[in-house]
Amino acid sequence: MAASCVSCGAVVSRRLLLRPRVSLAPRQVLWKAAELQSVPGPQRAIAYLFPSGLFEKRARPIMKHPEQIFPKQKAIQWGEDGRPFHYLFYTGKQSYYSLMHDAYGKILDIEKHKNQLQAKGLFSEKNKTIDLIGSRWLIKEELEEMLVEKLSDQDYRQFVRLMERLLQSGAAEEEFVQSFRRSVTVQSKKQPIEPVQRDAQGMAFSTSEGKRKSAKAEAVVYEHGSGRIKVNGIDYLLYFPVLQDREQLMFPFHFLDRLGKHDVTCTVSGGGRSAQAGAIRLAVARALCSFVTEEEVEWMRQAGLLTSDPRVRERKKPGQEGARRKFTWKKR
Amino acid sequence: MDSVGTMLKGVASLVSRVRKLDPGHLRLGTQAPQSLAAQLDNQVSFESPRAISCTNENDPAKHEEKHEGLHYNLPLQDVKTVFPHGLPPRYAMQMKTFNEACLMVRKPALELLHYLKNTNFAHPAIRYVLYGEKGTGKTLSLCHIIHFCAKQDWLILHIPDAHLWVKNCRDLLQSTYNKQRFDQPLEASVWLKNFKTTNERFLSQIKIQEKYVWNKRESIEKGSSLGEVVEQGITRVRNATDAVGIVLKELKRQSSLGIFRLLVAVDGVNALWGRTTLKREDKSPIAPEELALIHNLRKMVRNDWNGGAIVLTLSQTGSLFKPRNACLPQELLGKEGFDALDPFIPIQVANYSPKEFESCIQYYMENSWLQHEKAHTEEGKKELLFLSNGNPGQLERLCAYL
Repeated sequence: MAASCVSCGAVVSRRLLLRPRVSLAPRQVLWKAAELQSVPGPQRAIAYLFPSGLFEKRARPIMKHPEQIFPKQKAIQWGEDGRPFHYLFYTGKQSYYSLMHDAYGKILDIEKHKNQLQAKGLFSEKNKTIDLIGSRWLIKEELEEMLVEKLSDQDYRQFVRLMERLLQSGAAEEEFVQSFRRSVTVQSKKQPIEPVQRDAQGMAFSTSEGKRKSAKAEAVVYEHGSGRIKVNGIDYLLYFPVLQDREQLMFPFHFLDRLGKHDVTCTVSGGGRSAQAGAIRLAVARALCSFVTEEEVEWMRQAGLLTSDPRVRERKKPGQEGARRKFTWKKR
Repeated sequence: MDSVGTMLKGVASLVSRVRKLDPGHLRLGTQAPQSLAAQLDNQVSFESPRAISCTNENDPAKHEEKHEGLHYNLPLQDVKTVFPHGLPPRYAMQMKTFNEACLMVRKPALELLHYLKNTNFAHPAIRYVLYGEKGTGKTLSLCHIIHFCAKQDWLILHIPDAHLWVKNCRDLLQSTYNKQRFDQPLEASVWLKNFKTTNERFLSQIKIQEKYVWNKRESIEKGSSLGEVVEQGITRVRNATDAVGIVLKELKRQSSLGIFRLLVAVDGVNALWGRTTLKREDKSPIAPEELALIHNLRKMVRNDWNGGAIVLTLSQTGSLFKPRNACLPQELLGKEGFDALDPFIPIQVANYSPKEFESCIQYYMENSWLQHEKAHTEEGKKELLFLSNGNPGQLERLCAYL
């Protein structure tokens, strides 16, 4: 009954006999969503992998526009007879030179118009210059992308000079010029300003946090005070015996000319003496934003009071003694 | 248009502020010093600012609350006799630079003066303890009191810094008087010399009431003056500590008689009950009781005598084995010291009030000590106030850079 197997003995055939219905072809798993939803195991997996469900339209993968993925290429620029379409094809950079030619043509038109008006006596001296604040010229890469051809640095500079000359001659071609400018967002608008709170006695104060290296600080700045600062419940003169740290604390107040006008209570932990001072300085500067005009906030940002210092301790690398220091080099 | 204008203005003020804040410029900027003639002219023409910071009342007995915050002049001759060893080193340097000794009248000193003027010499001596944060002016307040007492013709027993007796002592001898204790010949002889300078006139008046034997060949008879004891201590350095002990005992005994009034002034009194850094030859530590000087001084500071007062100062700066932020009597004296000194009148010495701060700055400016151009402006003063937080010691160190 049990045919003996050469290698593993009698057990094999018995297993085969006992399970006659085992098919040796792999089982085909049919992807039927309706079936699977009723089965508990797959149901949990689906809930984990697709939290919005399988059929949510907004959870479908979003794909980029093909123009963003595939770079712009130039179409064939000559016809069947081999004759190029554009009149400036043989310059090599046809779109660039045609753009320069158009712009110069516009300058000449404006001058002609101005001469005509002057001849008629209707020329008015009103200077409507276009507002350039908040926008910048295209950078070279953006211009190259727009014209779909390579430019050199001198070409780019020539282009910018021509555009500025166009601006000087008059405000006639505003849309044309604006198409070559991109807006620059004013950074300070991104600075979140803490709201001013009031505590039990009606004193106005504001809280904020600051970090430096591995020190974290939280400062509470009161609007009306006499310049007392308490760090972790201790007077700042005793907590920071070193002059340098107290100068750091003084910086935000001195910058805004508010040296004796605010009271500060802060807590700080972690880091060393310098890091704690830097963290408190950042926290105090952020808290002061709420008592100060927007212009002064912008000045503080430009002074670097509101940026957290990204410098952190660099890791030690293997094969070197420190982060940068190498082992002593021995010739032999 | 307007925004451009304001932006430019803002940037300009920003640039000026950045230039202000440039540390090299602010702290160590060198101003070409004015010529001497110009300085003298300035001083002559600006006589009135001296009224803000200095007063003409040079007798401490007449100092009252209206003189608070003002500096008074100590004649240099007085300084040499009364303070041969008592002034803090930084103050001594300042005195040498300015060629005059000016001390500010402050509230704790005024309070103490008031108490001293109203002491009842029949009652046991009251102990006053000056305490406070580091650099607030405890030692200088003590000097003010000592000057007052010197003017009033008291006998002054001034130990400038008790910490000097419990550390860094080169030679320790076994005491001849008591085998368990140790002698410190150098410190004792130095102190005796200064004591002699301060109290010349009393030394011949006071007579000792007991016979003391120095060694087999020398002794001192009953009825001889204290001056001889002091001489013996200075010439024979081996017996200096014993001489100090005798001086203290005799003064204590005789002050009750009413011939003179005794002021015991000790700076850094927490050294008497702390630990020492001195070790025996077998490297075992010495307790303060085993030092003869300390033992005698402890007896002096007990209030079992009358006819004078005891003014003490706590000091963390020279103290041994005490944390930096300890400034209260309980922390610095320890349980033993506190119990020994109990009861006492604590007087806190605090940082400068705004008026005192202003007066101090004026005084420095009059002596042309502040050369920085910003120091005269309001903003500069606010900066200094912030950075020093009104602490006299810190302010002095800051102004030294300007």
